[in-house]
Amino acid sequence: MADTGILESLLRLVDKVDGGIDSQVVASSLGVDHQVVVGAVKSVQALGEVIEAEQRSSKHWELTGEGQEIAEQGSHEARVFKAIPEEGLSQSQLMVESIEDVVRKKLQQVQMGHSSQLEEKEKNELKKRKLLTEVTVKSYWITKGSNFSTIITKQETELTPEMIASGSWKEKKFKPYNFDAMGVAPDSGHLHPLMKVRTQFRQIFLEMGFTEMPTNNFIESSFWNFDSLFQPQQHPARDQHDTFFLSDPAVAHDFPQDYLERVKKVHSEGGYGSQGYKYDWKIEEAQKNILRTHTTAVSARMLYKLAQQEEFTPVKYFSIDRVFRNETLDATHLAEFHQIEGVVADYGLTLGDLMGVLHQFFTKLGITKLRFKPAYNPYTEPSMEVFSYHKGLNKWVEVGNSGVFRPEMLLPMGLPEGVSVIAWGLSLERPTMIKYGINNIRELVGHKVNLQMVYDSPVCRLDS
Amino acid sequence: MKDFSKRSFRSDEEFDELCFEFGLELDEITSEKDIISREQGDQKASEASDVVLYKIDVPANRYDLLCLEGLVRGLQVFKDKMEAPRYSRVNPLNGDPQRLIITGETASVRPHAVAAVLRNITFTPERYDSFIELQEKLHQNICRRRTLVAIGTHDLDTISGPFTYTAKAPDDIRFKPLNQNQEYSATQLMGFYKTDSHLRHYLHIIEDEPLYPVIYDSNGIVLSMPPIINGDHSKISVNTKNVFIECTATDLTKAKIVLDMIVTMFSEHCDQPFTVEEAEVVYPDGRMVTYPELAYRTETLSADYINSKVGINETAESIAQLLTRMCLKSEVTSDGAEIQVEIPPTRSDVIHACDIMEDAAMAYGFNNITRTTPRTYTVANQFPLNKLTELLRLDLATAGFTEALTFALCSQEDIADKLQKNLKDTKAVHISNPKTAEFQVARTTLLPGLLKTLAANRKMPLPLKLFEISDVVLRDESTDVGARNSRRLCAVYYNKTPGFEVIHGLLDRVMQLLEVKPGRNHGYYIQAAEDSTYFPGRCAEIFSHGKSIGRLGVLHPDVINSFELTMPCSALDIDIEPFL
Repeated sequence: MADTGILESLLRLVDKVDGGIDSQVVASSLGVDHQVVVGAVKSVQALGEVIEAEQRSSKHWELTGEGQEIAEQGSHEARVFKAIPEEGLSQSQLMVESIEDVVRKKLQQVQMGHSSQLEEKEKNELKKRKLLTEVTVKSYWITKGSNFSTIITKQETELTPEMIASGSWKEKKFKPYNFDAMGVAPDSGHLHPLMKVRTQFRQIFLEMGFTEMPTNNFIESSFWNFDSLFQPQQHPARDQHDTFFLSDPAVAHDFPQDYLERVKKVHSEGGYGSQGYKYDWKIEEAQKNILRTHTTAVSARMLYKLAQQEEFTPVKYFSIDRVFRNETLDATHLAEFHQIEGVVADYGLTLGDLMGVLHQFFTKLGITKLRFKPAYNPYTEPSMEVFSYHKGLNKWVEVGNSGVFRPEMLLPMGLPEGVSVIAWGLSLERPTMIKYGINNIRELVGHKVNLQMVYDSPVCRLDS
Repeated sequence: MKDFSKRSFRSDEEFDELCFEFGLELDEITSEKDIISREQGDQKASEASDVVLYKIDVPANRYDLLCLEGLVRGLQVFKDKMEAPRYSRVNPLNGDPQRLIITGETASVRPHAVAAVLRNITFTPERYDSFIELQEKLHQNICRRRTLVAIGTHDLDTISGPFTYTAKAPDDIRFKPLNQNQEYSATQLMGFYKTDSHLRHYLHIIEDEPLYPVIYDSNGIVLSMPPIINGDHSKISVNTKNVFIECTATDLTKAKIVLDMIVTMFSEHCDQPFTVEEAEVVYPDGRMVTYPELAYRTETLSADYINSKVGINETAESIAQLLTRMCLKSEVTSDGAEIQVEIPPTRSDVIHACDIMEDAAMAYGFNNITRTTPRTYTVANQFPLNKLTELLRLDLATAGFTEALTFALCSQEDIADKLQKNLKDTKAVHISNPKTAEFQVARTTLLPGLLKTLAANRKMPLPLKLFEISDVVLRDESTDVGARNSRRLCAVYYNKTPGFEVIHGLLDRVMQLLEVKPGRNHGYYIQAAEDSTYFPGRCAEIFSHGKSIGRLGVLHPDVINSFELTMPCSALDIDIEPFL
């Protein structure tokens, strides 16, 4: 800040004149450089509405370096004339007897601030000779502000404990805040957006009375992942191209033996009202360890466990966990993803019940317009793909898969005949990518995640 | 699965709706011109047809909808435009049935065969293409890329029965294969097709067998060498009138289905539509079976069963009508109590009453079913390990750490070399068929994932503070599969200074959250430890209630380098399952 003396002198000058004063005039009357006055104007402006300063520009003429030399010592011609010694040159060589140094006079006029006395033509002539130059000066037209005072009051930047203690804040003026600036980001940790969405889905299932299944077993036997689900051993999903098999530990042991026999029979010969698939079922295929391809393997284990109870009790189960596919990867497919699964087992459940539960579930996600398309899945019959109307895309998009587990899966487990099990599944990644507008799954899942995206991601409310 | 149907509908929306209702997916509406111009440029497309093509996805178990003939038939029956045809097996008009004799040698390589004849068929270029395309689609799915079943179709007028299906040493088989000009031995052929973009995928099925399957006619002409190639001599064309079809297989059930599919679909174009001339197959033991089976099966079920499973209330008559529209001809029994459903040979997917129930629901219209709420009363429970995980995640974020989400699969290098550990000591489970090194093992620690996350975010302002609570996988003989998950909490602090005190402070905070007090006996403490992942003298083992639960420390500079990091880094890695 310019020193207070200058500021107050400036204010006193402004106070004296009517209708304002130019900063250049202030400079010459205070005998200081114009730039000092400009600094003072800006300092006063920062104090609030003390003065108003309107920027304007004016032009004036100044001597160049050469011009100044001429103004002081005379024009080159005059200097030549003077330099001739009294007797030294012959008359014939000297055409004039005496000279009038016009150039010097004109330049001296400009130097004294009387450039207006010269004609434009004369000034341009001198400009061409690089003796004069036209200069643009930016100055301020200073007038009194709404809060004008000739006394400088320093503004405080912040409230201090001392001010509060002494009460001095009452007399102080405070510098205004710039409310257009951003605040300082809080020093915080962040939850991952996919996990935030997972938390919401967990919440929805819990609100609907579903119990969480223990899905902390990525390694599964083909038996529980496929055979128990009545998925035949030649099914393409069991191919090396689709499933990750293990070399170590390569095979599983300790299957419930009677159940395994019943599974073998229903595949190879049928039973429970089924024709079966009529092929040579091999224990070696069932024993192969894999990375589970769906969490339905855990649902199968849970339903088998349920069937071993003394008396059947209805259950509602859910899980959200990782599954693995040895598939071709692209912008929306990774070798591992999270599957969301819901299962209800009770006597007398209908296809209409499955649609009703799905309607309730998707309503909690903010999706109310649903329709169902017949589909094929080896372990559910009927099977339905769930479509919701996407307003942005203006079309129906698939949002999940669902179905009623086949009797060939449930009856060998020992579940009572009248019990139906309805189930549905979807991926966690897809709704998350839609929710957060992410196109490449690698920006969301895995180590190539963009941490800035994690830092910036909003709270997750699926229904809004 | 794709199907191209060359017909124009009243409106595309209407057709889309019909597909949706019928469980098909109208993938795309296009034309040959569009496809060629997209794949090869506009210039090449200028000559191509601009007839509208409907590209349709068919459910994987509906082989009867794989060709235009079957799809149109199915939809017309569904729309009540026609009755489902009845397929019948007939004797030849003149003489004895064609006969295929299987010899004992086939037992070691491909023991089954079935056969049939399409008599007086009229192909057009479109029908012929459809016939070839159907075989290819069947080969790809139900035949499991020819491993289970291989189809051969022959111009019967160029060969003469009886036919012999046998197996011979590759050097003893010589014939001119389809579309070639000279004879090759089977051994030569296997070499010849090594570079064939299509056939090379099937060579492995018999390549290492001592004997290769082969079918001869009575004059020693080779019909085919299944599952690789047919002979050129008996090849069919658009002018072929009589087609001999043979399917050789390792799975007899599927061979019968495949044969039934082909003849039910294409007998439509025979002079006597929907009739198929039988053929006899003679087994090595002298047993003789007549094919195609074309078996009709009857299931009896009640209206109540359908109503109670679907959640509708229809009369038996109405349900019978619904099923009839699905090509499952149904009648109400005379006492009115039950419905008799006839399952045609085209519907091999119907193996249980529940499949019939689904068809009734489809014909009723899934979207016409009232959506109801089950009365199932249950109380929800969280899985305790996940409940603890959720609570800790929130508090770790509150402590200023940011959550990462890294892959459960990684390379052997990630969990061993890069951490300066010996792979053998990791207890890792190994994947036998990874497509790339990224999927060689399941992670045994969360640390490499977090370090890779740091490396990918080196441009972010320091310090970087990350955590993850997730599962690793370890070999464990005590489980049925020989492995188990273990829930870990891992955190890293990455800055210009190592920040051991920061990561140590985080451990103290976690223990505070878990209500474990510092102390030797019933609390937690840390004790200097040797660990090659960490900088010597800067690693400690963490004990809680006397048991080791993990480690913390400043990472070894070589570990930092191997993950392409440049700053000091400290880490905390613990098992949270003891705190359940």
